[in-house]
Amino acid sequence: MTDILVYVPNSGKHAAEVLTLARTLGDVSAVAFDDAAEGLAGEYGAAKVYRVDAPEAADYFVDPKATVLIDLARQAAPGFFLLPSTDEGKALAARVAVALENGLLTDVSGLEADGTAKQDAFAGATLVTSKATKGFTLATVKTGTTEPAPAPGSPAVENVAASVSDADKRVRITERVDEPAGDRPNLAEARIVVSGGRGVGSSDDFALIEKVADSLGGAVGASRAATDAGYYPHKFQVGQTGTTVSPQLYVAAGISGAIQHRAGMQTSRVIVAVNKDADAPIFGMADFGVVGDLFQVLPQALEEIDKRK
Amino acid sequence: MNIVVLVKQVPDSGLARQLDAQMRVDRNGANNVMGELDEYAVEAALQLKEAHGGEVTVLTLGPGQATETVRKTLAMGADKAIHIEDDAVGGSDALTTSAILAAALGRLEWDLVIAGAESTDSNMGVMPQLLAARTGAPALTGVRKIDTDGTAVTVEHQRTNGYDVMTANLPAIVSVWDTINTPRYPSLKGIMAAKRKPVETLTLADLGVEAAGPAAAQNEVLEAADRPPRSAGQIVTDEGQGGTALAEFLAAEKFI
Ligand SMILES: Cc1cc2nc3c(=O)[nH]c(=O)nc-3n(C[C@H](O)[C@H](O)[C@H](O)COP(=O)(O)OP(=O)(O)OC[C@H]3O[C@@H](n4cnc5c(N)ncnc54)[C@H](O)[C@@H]3O)c2cc1C
Ligand SMILES: Nc1ncnc2c1ncn2[C@@H]1O[C@H](COP(=O)(O)O)[C@@H](O)[C@H]1O
Repeated sequence: MTDILVYVPNSGKHAAEVLTLARTLGDVSAVAFDDAAEGLAGEYGAAKVYRVDAPEAADYFVDPKATVLIDLARQAAPGFFLLPSTDEGKALAARVAVALENGLLTDVSGLEADGTAKQDAFAGATLVTSKATKGFTLATVKTGTTEPAPAPGSPAVENVAASVSDADKRVRITERVDEPAGDRPNLAEARIVVSGGRGVGSSDDFALIEKVADSLGGAVGASRAATDAGYYPHKFQVGQTGTTVSPQLYVAAGISGAIQHRAGMQTSRVIVAVNKDADAPIFGMADFGVVGDLFQVLPQALEEIDKRK
Repeated sequence: MNIVVLVKQVPDSGLARQLDAQMRVDRNGANNVMGELDEYAVEAALQLKEAHGGEVTVLTLGPGQATETVRKTLAMGADKAIHIEDDAVGGSDALTTSAILAAALGRLEWDLVIAGAESTDSNMGVMPQLLAARTGAPALTGVRKIDTDGTAVTVEHQRTNGYDVMTANLPAIVSVWDTINTPRYPSLKGIMAAKRKPVETLTLADLGVEAAGPAAAQNEVLEAADRPPRSAGQIVTDEGQGGTALAEFLAAEKFI
């Protein structure tokens, strides 16, 4: 069977999705730089794990990992090399592409064993089928496109010792600032997302969005108009220049539904909108919509949800 | 400090866009604008120039109408521009584009290259890293803050749950998100001054690049289709019962 090389980051769901998709294409050889990634590879059915030991790699941006991946890709001559479509995944894929002069597909949402790939174009308005015509299929996989399915096994582990060369120490990470995630689920991976837009009107009033999110056990999101106005921190922005979400339920309150916003949420399974403008484009994609003032509608919904719990 | 800003003209992302019969981005419409994130790259370059002196050169690869985008950057305050324009370029993939831009960068003296974090037509977000690989310069991508002391560049790399402070010696390549600044509008004076600023037009032959276009591309688009519209949902108008109706829908869908 074709060998599928997969770069596994240490964060959960997206990595599990890429591994699950990869398994449908052939035997998976996972590249893991730490224990968490190695664990994920085993849990999601990798046949083999390259366990890279390069402790210094974490102190530098992209280059040390890229060097290791380029070497492995050269040796393994895989049919596919898949990475998650994150900043890091895309950066690593770009490095591999130039080093091996191999084409690159980004943000694929599906792959077939014959190499055809599904991609979204124009913020998801157009669906494209594409294919690598030379070399192997080097692709970054968009989040939320495959339902992760565990397939625990005990992969063969090959240890790879990598020292970080001076050339790869050019971009030093001097500080990592983690902003507290709070008690709510992670936005990118949440099953339910409740987002507020400019219509929420102030940062104080975002408390109402938080209440709805909490009563449903969901994450809070925001439109760019809301983050730009300072109603809610930028890291919660959903859309083309924010986070892409693909939850089971997406609630948009006071959001008009601009194309750049839709780009980040249109693959949600169920979409609910509350907006006082009956002509807001968001209603065109909603499974359920309420034309009304969110300050009337949401408190009443909250009361009703509490009653039903 | 010599700064090169990479800008790409794209179809306006707020309007309907399509692929043409050859499965390329249709650039023939009237709705072409500067890549929305590239405006932030231009602004970042202008602010660094204002603080440290030097020159801002704009570099673009694109068809003839991309001149409008070049003019806009000059009106915003960039000093000069290089426009690579060649009919053989159409249908190139990202790898080829990076080879062409890298050849142009090779002819210039620069301390810093600033790009958008992604173009708003292809949204690949890989060009700065491809160029880093080709030029040998370090890449600090996806940033929301840049500082430099003239020798090194220090940035905040934006992540979903925080940011990383990163630093590298110059020359370096940086790409920026829309959180970094608020781009200025060209002033009337700027628009007038732009008419006198130098724009150099280069062809692939000038750059010594031979392979480009569809023949050099390593992937191809086989098909394109509009995303099927979502089936029409139920829309109710709130007359005092909207919240209850919403909760009922959520209960029926088993979210409560
Ligand atoms: C390069 C680029 C990237 C972008 N990236 C993103 C992105 O990642 N994410 C994103 O979201 N946007 C993005 N945008 C911005 C996008 O174009 C829109 O401007 C933005 O999504 C609008 O946010 P909004 O819907 O909250 O605001 P508006 O469009 O102003 O809509 C507010 C809505 O609230 C409704 N409303 C007001 N008061 C109430 C009330 N009391 N009750 C109910 N409804 C009410 C109004 O009817 C209106 O429909 C981007 C734009 C560009 C150019
Ligand atoms: N044809 C081009 N000419 C100049 N700059 C480009 C071109 N294509 C991409 N870029 C730059 O690279 C960034 C990322 O592009 P992309 O990788 O295509 O998403 C853009 O925001 C531009 O700054």
